[in-house]
Amino acid sequence: MTSASPQDSFTLRRRPASEKLLDIGFRQLTTALASMVALILIGILLVVLFGSFESMRRYGLAFITTSSWNPVEDEYGAFTAIYGTLVSSLLSLLIAVPLGVGTAIFITENIIPLKVRQVIGVMVELLAAIPSVVLGLWAIFVMEPFLRPAFVWLHNSLGFIPLFGTMPLGPGMAPAVLILVVMILPIITAISRDSLNQVPPELRQAAYGVGTTRWGAILNVLLPAAVSGITGGVMLALGRAMGETMAVTMIIGNSNTFSWSLLAPANTIASLLANQFGEADGSQVSSLMYAAFILMVLTLIVNIFARWLVKRLSLRY
Amino acid sequence: MSISAAPAQRSLNYKPGLLRNRLSRLLTILMGLFAGISVLPLVLVLIYVLLKGGRSISLSLFTQLPPPPGLEGGGIGNAILGTFVVTAIAAAIAVPVGVGGGVYLAEYAKGRGFSQFVRFGNDVLAGVPSIIAGVFIYGIIVATRLLFGQSYSAIAGGMALAVLMLPTVIKTTDEGLKLVPAELRWGALGVGASKFVTVIRITLPTAFPPIATGVVLALARAAGETAPLIFTALFSPFWPEGILAPIATMSVLIYNFAIMPYEAQNELAWAASFVLVLLILAANLFARWLGRFANR
Repeated sequence: MTSASPQDSFTLRRRPASEKLLDIGFRQLTTALASMVALILIGILLVVLFGSFESMRRYGLAFITTSSWNPVEDEYGAFTAIYGTLVSSLLSLLIAVPLGVGTAIFITENIIPLKVRQVIGVMVELLAAIPSVVLGLWAIFVMEPFLRPAFVWLHNSLGFIPLFGTMPLGPGMAPAVLILVVMILPIITAISRDSLNQVPPELRQAAYGVGTTRWGAILNVLLPAAVSGITGGVMLALGRAMGETMAVTMIIGNSNTFSWSLLAPANTIASLLANQFGEADGSQVSSLMYAAFILMVLTLIVNIFARWLVKRLSLRY
Repeated sequence: MSISAAPAQRSLNYKPGLLRNRLSRLLTILMGLFAGISVLPLVLVLIYVLLKGGRSISLSLFTQLPPPPGLEGGGIGNAILGTFVVTAIAAAIAVPVGVGGGVYLAEYAKGRGFSQFVRFGNDVLAGVPSIIAGVFIYGIIVATRLLFGQSYSAIAGGMALAVLMLPTVIKTTDEGLKLVPAELRWGALGVGASKFVTVIRITLPTAFPPIATGVVLALARAAGETAPLIFTALFSPFWPEGILAPIATMSVLIYNFAIMPYEAQNELAWAASFVLVLLILAANLFARWLGRFANR
């Protein structure tokens, strides 16, 4: 047919039923796949919750406040691990936040040539790609032996403070905190950098225009403008630090005996799980599930709070 | 007091001696120091892994099994193979599900109710500690022996890694598809393509580079994950015996051998780190290249 009549060229193509079916089917398929996320999330909660029922009924909230972990006597309490999780992640934040935000400022402000800034940015991002277990290996064989004299010196000169009250004998809380710093630095740096980059250049120009110094602009204009993103990043890093497992497990010493000292072996919930789940049975599994549930709740609170914070305080320029 | 009189002798030139300028310079130097400290671990870890691990690189490392505890020699062939197997299983699950979910979010979601919940859930899932993913798979697959009566298995490990990969794949697919200009979709729909054809033939291929970047990054992360594998895939000193048996992976091998008191095992842990780190860095650089390729 060479010459189409005007009517033909304006007729809409009739959609065959199979095509409609395919369209609807595809839509439903993607909807189903998207709901997998929700299913997995709910599944995780249910599995951990049901798994810990036995232990919850037996110990109740005393599980959180007692610190005996004795599979032989079937007595479980997770206080040491919970304390270790909170202390290790908070201490590592304390060190990583200034370092990470400082690095982010250094690579967003016009201080050094663009090429160098980009290289530093890429290197920090690659740091995030190094597997946790490799960092743990490095911590065991390189970092901890190298730092031990410093820890010994800390103990000898400040040993009267309970925080340094034990002789460092290798693995312990302090090296674990330091390796956590290395692990969460990239997150804080990357998110702070993105938030700083999103501050409109006009703000910076206005600050310089009224005659401030570089740091006057950074401290009074840029950081306040980027604070929501940075805080969100810090919270995400906190969540990551609480759930971080391998590097911490390898260097923290995995002791279930409670100690105030940062130089003594300690434990976190994640390393408790990593250490014992493989060969656990009976009520030990239930107690580990209970510990996992506590970790899950802690990280969920931190993560949801982080998202809320970012949304709530997001840039209003 | 007129405007012109007062600051007559004050020059507008930069005076480095002023307190505020000195303070500013001091802070700049301090931040430079911080940046240096942040990069230092990467440099140190890389140097150590390359030097210590590179020393024991040989052909037998890739072709032989690890020796029994305390003995010399051997390789990590089974762990290298196992890492590929487990990561491939994870990708086979996470990529279709993730891309499908991402397509839903970008192409069909209306931005409220269910889709908002999925986006939020995806963010939350991304923040779930990796070991909890292991606990989850342990609870539903390993402890219940759901899969053909098997407990620890390669496929359980792959599923745990898939849980970790999923949020990344969904997020990158969603964002990659959002970058596709709406005109392309209108054009395709305008010439009479169905929605299915538009997505499969036009939008997904256009968004291929960013999606592939995300998938490669997620794969690299999964290959290095250890925590969810130690009680799902477990470990095996032998060659892989199919996906329903426990399997060795490089990351679990590093963990197991690092805490053994034998020199030979520690050496193998370093060698495995060397292989794993090179693999992951290569994947990251490849993803970076893909991303640049996409921006062109």
